[in-house]
Amino acid sequence: MEDGKLLRQYEVMLRERYFVLEQCTQNSKGKIHGYLHCYTGEEAIAAGICADLNPKDSVFSTHRAEGHLVSMGARFDRMMAESFGRVDGYGKGLGGVMHMSVPEIGLVHSNGVVGGGIGLAVGAGLAHRYRKDGGVAVAFFGDGASSHGVLYEGMNLASIWKLPVIFVLENNGFAISSPATKMISIADVARRADGFSLPGIVVDGNDLVAVYEAASTAIRRARAGEGPTFLECKTYRTRGHNEGDPQWYYRTREDVKDWEQNRDPVKRCKALLISKGLLTEEKDKAMVDAIKKELAEAVAFADASPYPGEEYLEKYVWKEQ
Amino acid sequence: MAELTYGKAIGRAIAEEMRRDPDVFVMGENVGTTGNIFKVLEGLLAEFGEERVRDTPLAEEIIINAAVGSAMAGLRPVAEIMYVDFTTFGLDALLNQASKSWFNSAGRVNCPMVLRCPQGAGPGRGSHHTNSLEAWFAHVPGLKVVLPATPADAKGLMVSAIRDDNPVVFLEHKQLYFTKGEVPDGEYSIPLGKAEIKRPGKDLTIVCYSITVHTALKAAELLQKEGIEAEVLDLRCLMPLDREAVLASVAKTKRAMVLYEAPVHYGAGGEIVTLIQQELFRDLRAPVRRIGGLHTHIAYAPNLCAAAVPTAEQVVVAARDLVGYERKA
Repeated sequence: MEDGKLLRQYEVMLRERYFVLEQCTQNSKGKIHGYLHCYTGEEAIAAGICADLNPKDSVFSTHRAEGHLVSMGARFDRMMAESFGRVDGYGKGLGGVMHMSVPEIGLVHSNGVVGGGIGLAVGAGLAHRYRKDGGVAVAFFGDGASSHGVLYEGMNLASIWKLPVIFVLENNGFAISSPATKMISIADVARRADGFSLPGIVVDGNDLVAVYEAASTAIRRARAGEGPTFLECKTYRTRGHNEGDPQWYYRTREDVKDWEQNRDPVKRCKALLISKGLLTEEKDKAMVDAIKKELAEAVAFADASPYPGEEYLEKYVWKEQ
Repeated sequence: MAELTYGKAIGRAIAEEMRRDPDVFVMGENVGTTGNIFKVLEGLLAEFGEERVRDTPLAEEIIINAAVGSAMAGLRPVAEIMYVDFTTFGLDALLNQASKSWFNSAGRVNCPMVLRCPQGAGPGRGSHHTNSLEAWFAHVPGLKVVLPATPADAKGLMVSAIRDDNPVVFLEHKQLYFTKGEVPDGEYSIPLGKAEIKRPGKDLTIVCYSITVHTALKAAELLQKEGIEAEVLDLRCLMPLDREAVLASVAKTKRAMVLYEAPVHYGAGGEIVTLIQQELFRDLRAPVRRIGGLHTHIAYAPNLCAAAVPTAEQVVVAARDLVGYERKA
């Protein structure tokens, strides 16, 4: 990963981190009334996977979508407005915090249904292959979704048709409260890719460089027409399944603290950048300050935006012919 | 005009659209080398090749998902599920993804796809190849539901379904595949949501679609011998529903029944009867009837298969009741 890209993607991680934390603040004020699933602790995956993607690619996100949205270049103000359910949000308040679609940046769809985007990404991969446009489709999903049948039907189809699809498993260890160790019959889900004749690669999902290198190879392979790749990114979400999750019945504060202190992807990347002489504390603070300023403006934008009028309820059921 | 079967008319519509628009392609189980098990797509593989006529694994969940995803990415898939019964494997893609993408994105991502499925009763198949699920699909906001009865309609409606920018569920009755009819030459389309009077009459309206259009036409023939003139109104689509055509016909005849093959309860009949009674209550000379299939499954035994679905004789009896109904103040 070359230095300029490393620094840029570190900034993307900061943007992911601070956007989500601002959403949490707004949630605690009652301004975000929907289920808020925080990506905190998993930022390196989105930043690493999306680094070499462009708006002509097709990303399918999950209920934990903000990291992917930010990494593809979604605007803070329109995302915040959508989180507030306001008319200036990406979905005019109809879709909400789990369902943002920003096709102009390559983020086709995010999904409230666990596993709901996997098969759609396979279809988008088919579209890229069909048009021979060099595009890549990416399916993000979690360890809970990895137990869905559609993943295995999708891997098979993507493999036999050599579709440019990257299956990105964000294995954060828990499906709400159910530990992956109890719910999944294999330690590394990526090994299942062997059964579908596609590369299955396990990476440290909290290491931006590791995720990027694996993604970069997978993307090159897909663009070259060599077919799909399965990437399993091992990570840990350091906030609850959603805000308000009474999480201490299924994991301990000590575990979370250990991940936050010793394996946090943002801290690790910052340390790497400083050791390489690419970042100073002052420069880091300046980046964070700029992000916080942009966030304050995004909150003001969302606050100023009205709720959608009732006419929107039936306006977008069908596309007019 | 050329005489074509219902199945071949559908195949011809798809082939013509594939020639016109390179984004249109076909996928499904045994659609290529077999040309689909009812031979609807025969010849397409030879003409268009494997990229555009894609045989899939027997995996309905990914067939529907891949169709939806490719449509969201801008293609126009015509996907097939071999029997409507197997759509259940992929219903998330249809009712949570395809139908909601335009809504959730407030007009950013649409899903221009056609999902073709044979449905309906047929002898020797038992209950897993004979469901009639149109009311399920029509109940989902965002889906359009088409049920042609004749070869000419099947062709013109398929053209419109492929050109539509929304997800369309195109339900073909398996008993109609080898029925023949005149099909206009050249390119033509029939708009979705436009009913057609298949036989005019003044004494009562039989609102029907798909195979029951033929049941109604047979009954109308029998009724004519008794001096009762039944109007046969073929809806052709359940969604959008041609409310105006239903109301115009019943306003004229003042008596109506709704006829469909699916299990009678919670089916399309309830919807259409409600429409008529709400809008035309004062004009009606008799309560609106609905005749559907028995609220059971389609059995293997041929006599039971036949007994589960409405017959022309049942329609005749109901029509006599409607016409003879004495309205008391």
